[in-house]
Amino acid sequence: MTAQALSVYSLWGATSLYVISMLGYAFHAARVADARGRSVDVPTSSRSLGIGRATVIVGAVLHLVGVVARGVEAGHVPWSSMYEYTITGSLVVIAVFLVLARRRDAHFLGAFATGIASLSLGLALPLLYSASDQLQPALQSYWLVVHVSIAILATGIFAIGFAVTVIQLLRRSPRLNFAPPEEELEAMAFRLHAFGFVLWTFTVIAGAIWANEAWGRPWGWDPKEVWSFVIWALYAGYLHARTTRGWAGRRAAWLSVAGFAALIINFTVVNLVIQGLHSYAGV
Amino acid sequence: MSPSRLDNYAVADAPRLGVRGWARWVWRQVTSMRLALVLLLLVGLAAIPGSLLPQRPQSPGQVTRFLTDNPQLGPVLDAAGFLDVFNSAWFTAIYVLLVLSLVGCIVPRTFHYARAMRAPVAPVPRSLARYSPQVSVPVTDAQGALEAIAGRLRQGFVPYRVRIEQRSTSRGVPQWALSAEHNYVREAGNLLFHIGIVALIVVFAVGSFISYRGQAVVVEGRSFVNAVAGYDAFEPGRAFNPEWLPPFTIGLTALEAEFSPSGAPADFTAAVSGLAVDGTVVEDLIKVNAPLSIDGAQIFLAGNGYAPALTIRDGAGEIAFSGAVPFLPQDAAYTSDGVIKVPDVSLGEQLGIRATLLPTAAVVNTVPISLYPQPTNPVIVFQVFVGDLGLDDGIPQNVYVLQTDAMEPIREDSGEITTFFISPGETVTLPDGLGDVTWDALPRFAAFDVRADPTLGWLLAAAIITMVGIAVTLVGTQRKIWATATATGEEEVTLVVAAYSPHFDGALKDMCDGLASVGKGDS
Repeated sequence: MTAQALSVYSLWGATSLYVISMLGYAFHAARVADARGRSVDVPTSSRSLGIGRATVIVGAVLHLVGVVARGVEAGHVPWSSMYEYTITGSLVVIAVFLVLARRRDAHFLGAFATGIASLSLGLALPLLYSASDQLQPALQSYWLVVHVSIAILATGIFAIGFAVTVIQLLRRSPRLNFAPPEEELEAMAFRLHAFGFVLWTFTVIAGAIWANEAWGRPWGWDPKEVWSFVIWALYAGYLHARTTRGWAGRRAAWLSVAGFAALIINFTVVNLVIQGLHSYAGV
Repeated sequence: MSPSRLDNYAVADAPRLGVRGWARWVWRQVTSMRLALVLLLLVGLAAIPGSLLPQRPQSPGQVTRFLTDNPQLGPVLDAAGFLDVFNSAWFTAIYVLLVLSLVGCIVPRTFHYARAMRAPVAPVPRSLARYSPQVSVPVTDAQGALEAIAGRLRQGFVPYRVRIEQRSTSRGVPQWALSAEHNYVREAGNLLFHIGIVALIVVFAVGSFISYRGQAVVVEGRSFVNAVAGYDAFEPGRAFNPEWLPPFTIGLTALEAEFSPSGAPADFTAAVSGLAVDGTVVEDLIKVNAPLSIDGAQIFLAGNGYAPALTIRDGAGEIAFSGAVPFLPQDAAYTSDGVIKVPDVSLGEQLGIRATLLPTAAVVNTVPISLYPQPTNPVIVFQVFVGDLGLDDGIPQNVYVLQTDAMEPIREDSGEITTFFISPGETVTLPDGLGDVTWDALPRFAAFDVRADPTLGWLLAAAIITMVGIAVTLVGTQRKIWATATATGEEEVTLVVAAYSPHFDGALKDMCDGLASVGKGDS
């Protein structure tokens, strides 16, 4: 089997497993919410939770194989096109979830993490797939390893932070009784966003250093730079709003949702619609 | 609302806000957290049109096209600064206010921080009853228990500041009390981060004033001198004097271009030899991610293309033009457009040539196109215009555009404009005794970007301060820890450990438990 076939088959396998895992986690969450609603004993484990856990781990292994095989096939780090960015980014989402789940009870996030990952892979494989090619001259730099890998890590953490924030905002509905209380979710979302923000700041600074080497200026308001800045400002606003009277709580949470929306726009609209120096990041 | 609201100006005796009062009020508003937040969000929002509309500094050509395509809306947007967002008055106003707000926040906080660091940790509150989480355990040795806890808190990557004192409770019972805080690391990181941001903005602004950038197109075998006249485009910073340009020379020895089989660019390398002002000769390779530094300037390889070398003889057989002309690539297959102006004919009218180079020419559906960027089968397709080039009016012309208002194209008998084809080494004879065109060679050209910004080192330093600051905030918490050991009977001492954080902190409970068992001597 060629590296190319191995990569694609593994990724489709991971997608299917994530869907199964999502159903397992969702089913367990529904049972927990139901039990809490009727004030009976909350099930701490169930067959559906077991299925969810097992399939996400096997899925993550396949996903990793798929990403590494793509890197081997292309002969460079697997994040130089939208397709590669998506398959690696969704792997980071799952990895962040698994790390969180090791340190605390994070089942309530399982359906969201596997949902985001299966949706990204399911969209990337048929729509964004592009044959691997040699790196363009503009990308032949070790900054591709530094700048983009940290950007992907930040994106993955922001994605999980976004999931936590969405649960936080909807927490008042009894259907989300399976999740921890609102203030705990808020604290968790804050930690994730604060960490993501540090990584994003690093991404922007590393990008500026690279831009200075490749294009001769650290900052030139290229569309990608504009949106990276907008994302940075929104998340910085969120971190400040948390401690500003009249903004703390749900209002601040909406700012982080806006930040994630800007992140998605930066990856989709800016890559596909707007012409700029980052255009090679297209499909 | 209270019904008897007091109107400041209705009461004659009430003190009025003088100039200083008003200044103070404005300063308060500017430095308030809420305004800082609004400004931060505004600056993000205001940047968005800069990515959606064409911008003058980044793409002047697109701005011109946008104005032509939108004759009504275009000029309105232009006047409002939307076609140059990042130099517009309103964008500048927002970020200047944001900087003021930042400074107004940083300065008092720094003083406050310095004072707080010199002062001892605040004492334990009189009563810990209202703080949660808290644990109480019996211990035997009051002082020993607190010393043990202090020892634990002083360990670790970021130690706590600890204070232990002996006091008595409100009921006069002797008590050992410990207070510890962790806030100072986070606050230091916070301050550093904000100082870094202000430094970044200030250095960036200074850099845009005293830097310069220019573009020069250099054909293989030729060179250019770092002077305004040597550039095809030159943009000095607002405070830059062109006389400061160090007159170094850069010669392009060779330009190598590699492409993948699909035609995607794989590698570009410009072999150059530079002559610095002090006479040093630099032989080096410039690549897309590897600029050359010379006399404080950096030379980047921004683009490349073909510059066909042609010789044109006029009707009298005299050489009217000879040299390499850069053709600008129009697509990924390097279909390149160029213009040759031949004003110096010894006989007859001036000639103008509008040409397209096809590096790997092929005819698809009767249209000649280029299939691949390398010169596998180079062909130049051109049209010839006869008349007045319009160069003598004294108005500067774009070298890549042929003005044909006063010129007539050479036509077939059918009236169609004649299209000539030429391959390297060939000579094409023009009709009506106008002369001939010879294609001598096909050198490449490099488009160099030359930039010099003496503030770059400072910019990097500011960026590092920002980065270190924000990273440090992550390792610091906002926790306060209090512990009291009070004699509650003969030989009986009660240790109470309580913790506080302004935000939800799930680890506090475990921390209290852990410290309590340290106090007991269990671990």
